[in-house]
Amino acid sequence: MRAHRSQARDEPSRPPSAHPRTGRRVAESRAGPPAGASTGVLLRELVAHLRQGRTQLRDEWVQRIIEARLLTAMSRDEIFAEATSVYDNYLDALETGTLEALQAYARSLSERIIPRGVETHEVVGIVLLLRDVLARSLFAKYQADFQMLNRVLDAYEPAANRIAITVAVGFVQERERVIREQQEAIGELSTPVLPVRERLLILPIIGLIDAQRARQLTEQLLRSVRANRAKVVVIDITGVPAMDSNVANHLVRTVDASRLLGAMVIVTGLSPEIAQTLVKLGLDLSKMNTVGDLQGGIEEAERLLGYQVVSLPEEKS
Amino acid sequence: MGREPRRAVASDRPAAAPRPEAGAAVVVPGETSIPVRSDADVVLARRRGRELAATLGFGPTDLTLIATAISELTRNIVLYAERGQIVLKGIERNGKVGIVVVARDDGPGIPNVPQALESGFSTSGGLGLGLPGVRRLTDEFDIVSEVGRGTTVTVKKWKR
Amino acid sequence: MVVPILKQGHYLIATIPTALTDADLQDLRDGLVAEVGLYRSRGVVVDITVLDVMDSFAVRTVRDIAHMTRLRGAETVIVGIQPEVAFSMVELGLTLEDVNTALDLEEGLALLDRKTKRAGKGGEIRGT
Repeated sequence: MRAHRSQARDEPSRPPSAHPRTGRRVAESRAGPPAGASTGVLLRELVAHLRQGRTQLRDEWVQRIIEARLLTAMSRDEIFAEATSVYDNYLDALETGTLEALQAYARSLSERIIPRGVETHEVVGIVLLLRDVLARSLFAKYQADFQMLNRVLDAYEPAANRIAITVAVGFVQERERVIREQQEAIGELSTPVLPVRERLLILPIIGLIDAQRARQLTEQLLRSVRANRAKVVVIDITGVPAMDSNVANHLVRTVDASRLLGAMVIVTGLSPEIAQTLVKLGLDLSKMNTVGDLQGGIEEAERLLGYQVVSLPEEKS
Repeated sequence: MGREPRRAVASDRPAAAPRPEAGAAVVVPGETSIPVRSDADVVLARRRGRELAATLGFGPTDLTLIATAISELTRNIVLYAERGQIVLKGIERNGKVGIVVVARDDGPGIPNVPQALESGFSTSGGLGLGLPGVRRLTDEFDIVSEVGRGTTVTVKKWKR
Repeated sequence: MVVPILKQGHYLIATIPTALTDADLQDLRDGLVAEVGLYRSRGVVVDITVLDVMDSFAVRTVRDIAHMTRLRGAETVIVGIQPEVAFSMVELGLTLEDVNTALDLEEGLALLDRKTKRAGKGGEIRGT
């Protein structure tokens, strides 16, 4: 791939980017070779040319955006305004070879346009269109000299590609962050901790739990235990269809942590399937206080708290 | 907060950060270095870590996890190497903010690192360096140790 | 930093005022064990509300306090573990399962009352 080749040529001292332990890669944050290399000088010349044609090229770009039916959520004026900023940031990134400013701009742009409903393909699309518009301008200028044109493209392409990736990734990350926040908010809403009687809390868990939600639940529960001075907590997992070892371990840890706050935990609604899964995972169920169903769990809790449940003649408990 | 190539942490060791003689922590822009010499430094290191993590925006539970990890690592230095250093840094990668804690010493080193990473706390709070525990508290964990030369543990935690 | 130990009837109450060094914690342990022997205390409350970290050393020492005081005939209860601290402890696998824990001082004293109640003797009976 051209981008990597140019990297290796211009930055020989860079260590391999895969971490030995985890194999994770470091995201390179340089847009291009350090200024001062011959490529840097050339890039500055290209940028000067692109800056000169700024108005015309930007307008051409906006035209292409509209023809491609991108950014339909925005008005023409808005597109123009954002296009101008993107254009300038793009050229700065090309010229300086550093991406921080562009990353920051990409983030703030994303924050603005995500609530407007702009989608990933639109953001990627407009950046690629800009890359094309600028490339064509360079073609036009240097077409007479084939060797020179090659040098120009050698300098321009990897830098432009890295910029495109930066903007796209910035947008996607911002989107993911927004989605995560929404999920957390939903998560908190959907699992309220209910103070039922004095010193008794019930935590009904419904649906599938992943590691993050499990942790959220634990944090919420522990804070509720302290706030309500609960002595017994009933965690009902009737509504949980399946559990993996991570979540099971989390449940055990929640029980242990509650105990540290002086609260006893009763787990109810443990289906035979989940019980089997837990046993297979090596969990010692005898250490957990489990009762068949929620009703039974509440009665057990009340018994532990010293309440007496009296059933009236007409009612069956 | 600059970008942080992860390799650089390990390869920084030869050109080590200044080893301060006084007891005060040295603050380099973006980095806090705390010399470790006694158990009082355990409290200092975790307090500094908590402060840094708080300015980075970590939530209350993560603050405690980070402080606890720092406490364990710092105490290991005090117990086994007598002297060392804790370096705290805020970092950023792909738009995510995180904290790096480097615990380094010139102590005796760990003869059997895999074993140290296997055995952990027994429920009776048994012996051991508690490294598996530190690993559980953090997102990324790295250890380099050489008998007779010293140990460097690097952990990272990312803001969710 | 010396942690003050209050004597309340047959109980000793130690409220940790600030983050402690390892040496301070060990001094507290030794002090409690000594005073339990001296006053023949039946119960000990250690209030760690203020501690923002309970790492392996602190947990070991707390467990030592519980065991050593029990050898001298006293029941110990740890109170005031913060939610975040509890979370962190169980992440580390430190569950303190062989040590009494309660939410706060009031709960801790109630627990001691339950555990040390003997006909005619023992701590005051406290209502909830």
